[in-house]
Amino acid sequence: MGELTGKALKYGDNINTDIISPPQYMELSIEEASAYSMSAVDPEFSARVRPGDFFVAENNLGSGSSRETSPLTLKYLGIHVVVARSYARIFYRNCINVGIIPLICEKSNQIEDGDELKADIEGGRILNLTKNESYECESLPEHIMAIIHVGGLFQYLKGKGR
Amino acid sequence: MGKTISEKILAEASGQKEVSAGQIVWVQVGRAMMDDILGPRVEIAEKLRELGNKVWDPEKVVIISDHYTPPASIKQAEIVKFTRDWAREYGVEKYYEFAGPCHQVMAETGNVIPGTVVLGTDSHTCMGGALGAFASGVGSTEMLGILAVGQTWLKVPETIKVVWEGALRDGVMAKDISLKTIGTIGHAGATYKAVEYMGSVISALPMDERMAITNMAVEMGAKVGLMPTDEVTKAYLERIGVKDYKVYSSDEDAAFCETYAFDASALTPQVACPHSVDNVTDAGNVREVPIHQAYLGSCTGGRLNDIKMAAQLLKGKKIHSGLRMLVSPASKPIWKAADEAGYLKILAEAGAVILAPTCGVCVGLHSGLIAGGENCISSSNRNFIGRMGSKQGNIYLGSPLTVAASAVTGHITDPRELLQGDPTWVN
Ligand code: SF4
Repeated sequence: MGELTGKALKYGDNINTDIISPPQYMELSIEEASAYSMSAVDPEFSARVRPGDFFVAENNLGSGSSRETSPLTLKYLGIHVVVARSYARIFYRNCINVGIIPLICEKSNQIEDGDELKADIEGGRILNLTKNESYECESLPEHIMAIIHVGGLFQYLKGKGR
Repeated sequence: MGKTISEKILAEASGQKEVSAGQIVWVQVGRAMMDDILGPRVEIAEKLRELGNKVWDPEKVVIISDHYTPPASIKQAEIVKFTRDWAREYGVEKYYEFAGPCHQVMAETGNVIPGTVVLGTDSHTCMGGALGAFASGVGSTEMLGILAVGQTWLKVPETIKVVWEGALRDGVMAKDISLKTIGTIGHAGATYKAVEYMGSVISALPMDERMAITNMAVEMGAKVGLMPTDEVTKAYLERIGVKDYKVYSSDEDAAFCETYAFDASALTPQVACPHSVDNVTDAGNVREVPIHQAYLGSCTGGRLNDIKMAAQLLKGKKIHSGLRMLVSPASKPIWKAADEAGYLKILAEAGAVILAPTCGVCVGLHSGLIAGGENCISSSNRNFIGRMGSKQGNIYLGSPLTVAASAVTGHITDPRELLQGDPTWVN
């Protein structure tokens, strides 16, 4: 896993699952629906996101529905790492389960849209290459790292021969 | 040190003598629920094949097609068909369609059993806590794992105690309790935690009203919203034929991480304003907001008591011209009971349109969406931007009485304004 680099797409508080996956498009496939992701706050989101970018928000990221389509959409668009000061519970679990790394970073508010970031997952650190700053992240518990290492819960369960 | 309800249920479900908040445990799942929108079609169907291709115990699985019923498009119809076929293929006999929003169906079909762990692919699964179950929402991949092995890991939550004492005044409902609590604790104030509601007001509420409170625990980020199992709960369970269950209650000296105390006597009708559920104020403070759609329904505010309250208020009145009022009873049995009691007739005579029991309006999938610039007052549980239609529309959440009163006047209205001086009024 090691170090990951990418550009930040930055949003504020309470980015909920109705914003990431608008309910009206949920009958579409993840691929089709991804065009509408985040459209309520950033209509350009799906056009400007590039594989490897970091999805950065502030407080209470992913509140609302249990819909896993939200992290699946981000994953489909090439996001491997999300960064926030805090998360809603189900979204946080869903990220881990689909193989996205959800970093809890108190200083995510210092990150600006377009900043180049580098994440050191094991070291629990984000480097802001644009601003030459470094932010500490909460370390992920062992049982969660075990799931992330193999790429998600499905791979984890498969590996256990279940 | 005493234990909370959550600690007791999770000890039992994980086969341990005792567990404490903060511990991570593998629990045996009592019921696994999927709906249509987030059910087998998302990740599960395809990947279960690689995980042994069978469900650990089809009798413990419940599948409910509720969001896309009645289907408004061919795509929606295909999803419902897929869900139905999948249930059949994997031997899931507890399959419901057109029956109503999943949480109400789960409760009234006896699938929410006190003392057990109930997990569902829908965030408002936490409603089941009104019946003393550790009920919570999970994502699809997690459900996949549960379907394969019947277990999942959970962190034993800390518990916030919410105490409501006093007596509710006429015109004030459980929904107002729910909104006031969320407005105080905040949109993320209970994240990862359990919330336990108690006090004389909660004990005095009928089951229908209790569910309107636990249903919305997730709107504060909570993992589960629990209530003590008492005589009211037991009578409800007996009526629906649930006999074998264990009752847990929190010990006097259990550890609660926070306590909030509220006085129900001081509570007035509440409204959550756009676009977040904790943006709560007195209904009287937003009376200038014109209403274009009034929605009475959903797993939060479409039960028999809700419909009864709205019918009592609307009896002999007409809804405001140019406004549409949509009513979706929360299940087929509720639809039938509301019809037999004459409530639906009263609502229809007032000018409301009665819909199927469905999720459609609540989550903007069919049966009545709002346009840009339109305002909806709704007895449902979420007012996020764009949820009920246009992103330029506004959703206000209120009690069934507030919805009915606003439908009459055409603007957001404290229902007590219409009830004053009505001698026949009984709350
Ligand atoms: S009625 Fe609304 S909140 Fe309830 S299950 Fe359906 S969509 Fe979800």
